[in-house]
Amino acid sequence: MQMRPWITPVAWVALLCALAALLPSMAPLFSWVEPGNDNLVYTRDSFWFLLQSHIWLVLVSATIGSLVAVSAGIFVTRPAGRDFLPLVSQIASIGQTVPPVAVLALAVPVMGFGEKPTLLALVLYGLLPILRNTLAGLGGINPTVLESAKGMGMSSAQVLFKVELPLAGRVILAGIRTSVTINIATAAIGSTIGARTLGDPVIAGLVNGNTAYVLQGAILIGLLALATDSLFEAIERAWGRAFSI
Amino acid sequence: MIELKGVTRRFGDAVAVDNIDLTIETGEVCVLVGSSGCGKSTTLRMINRLLPRTSGEILVDGEDINNADPEALRLNMGYAIQSTGLFPHWTVARNIGVVPDLLKWPARKRDERVSELLTLLGLDPAADAIKYPHQLSGGQAQRVGVARALAGDPNILLMDEPFGALDAITRENLQQEMLRIQRQLNKTTVFVTHDIDEALKLATRIAVMDQGRIIQHDTPEAILRRPASAFVENLIGKGDRGLKLLGLRTVGDVMARHALPSQPEPLAEVLKETDSLRIALSIMVWQNSGELPVFSEAGEAVGTVTREQLLQGGA
Repeated sequence: MQMRPWITPVAWVALLCALAALLPSMAPLFSWVEPGNDNLVYTRDSFWFLLQSHIWLVLVSATIGSLVAVSAGIFVTRPAGRDFLPLVSQIASIGQTVPPVAVLALAVPVMGFGEKPTLLALVLYGLLPILRNTLAGLGGINPTVLESAKGMGMSSAQVLFKVELPLAGRVILAGIRTSVTINIATAAIGSTIGARTLGDPVIAGLVNGNTAYVLQGAILIGLLALATDSLFEAIERAWGRAFSI
Repeated sequence: MIELKGVTRRFGDAVAVDNIDLTIETGEVCVLVGSSGCGKSTTLRMINRLLPRTSGEILVDGEDINNADPEALRLNMGYAIQSTGLFPHWTVARNIGVVPDLLKWPARKRDERVSELLTLLGLDPAADAIKYPHQLSGGQAQRVGVARALAGDPNILLMDEPFGALDAITRENLQQEMLRIQRQLNKTTVFVTHDIDEALKLATRIAVMDQGRIIQHDTPEAILRRPASAFVENLIGKGDRGLKLLGLRTVGDVMARHALPSQPEPLAEVLKETDSLRIALSIMVWQNSGELPVFSEAGEAVGTVTREQLLQGGA
């Protein structure tokens, strides 16, 4: 395995962890944006805890979303599921058209406050990019390759796992990358209904008019998105090398 | 032996293959020839069940193929197509080894088979095996496609215009290789092409197809000498069918053989006994001579051939 592609994501992750740990001791820096304010650093929860909780929300929603969207994408490209293709695409589009805030507002009365409605909103919002890329990846495979795979005597499952998924994998990964990056930003709004995320300092800052809080939350969210994005970049490259595509 | 009995395939209202009967004997090369849309590829793809037939029967060694498991059926039928369909994410070796892998051969047996086939197809077992399909030239890719079709040692070989997309020289080379390999392996082969010259060169018997029907099914010589219809006559080309006839036979068949082979004089252009009469005639015209010495592959002078012998041989 080549190490070089992993240097950038590791650097971003290191910076993110360092800031999450060191922000509280950097209070003097923030007196510059909030002169005369004594509450310069968000202290209700540690940044470290909020970061973990934020990552956890995104991880769970991305896992569920990927499983659902990739399975749906595979299903509607099989002969048995082809009829469902328009329906499934529509559902995914609706998932992305409805703003996550609206999903939260609708879900809270049913599911209560906290992480569950946030997860639901994140899953729904993240489906479309993954589904779209799964369909594009599977559809972009040269049909003669599939025909010859079948002609060689592969079963449908062998064609899927030996040929289609390795060839479409990189495009599907790109879809998951888009979805996760969007949801890292979107997860912050979960803070409005009681989920613990890096959105907490942002919301608190907006409510109290404390720009320092807003900055601290925003910086960590931005760094998390960058770190994750470059991690996916490295994974995609590794995939490309493993399958030489 | 492959038998097609009253086989029909419809796509909606259109009839692609119309009630054809065709018997392909074990070990022979049957070439389906015709213009595009005549149903030749459809016929081929029904034999390995990539397409279901609408009606009729297809028997392989007396067994209806619909009674067999489609995957097991295909594992015993090598399949090569024009666009090669090589798996772009696998090396040449892994591409060729796909059917042995599906048949769960031990790794060592598979690897030996892969090198054997690379050598047979004129590729380098060391350097070419680790390449990826996008690193190959068109001719090389097609060789790999043919090697892949042969890898599982199938009884039957199905080839759908395998050399159709190649330049003339590469195609000619691969046709020669095909003939050589076929002499060694004697696979029952169904070969689809739109190129009548390719058909004449490779076929034991040719089935000429038009609009889903088989117009004539016979040896290349019989097709040239007694075309069944104006369509066949057009396909083979009236103008040079005499030359095509000369192309079917080799110099070795008609020459006067020396009692003892002798060492050759060094000549720039020599006629070999495996060359066709057509090439012999061409050399005669070029050198403006009525008689040519004939040499074996080993370079010994084995006989002579005269213009009269050539013309009688073609007649």
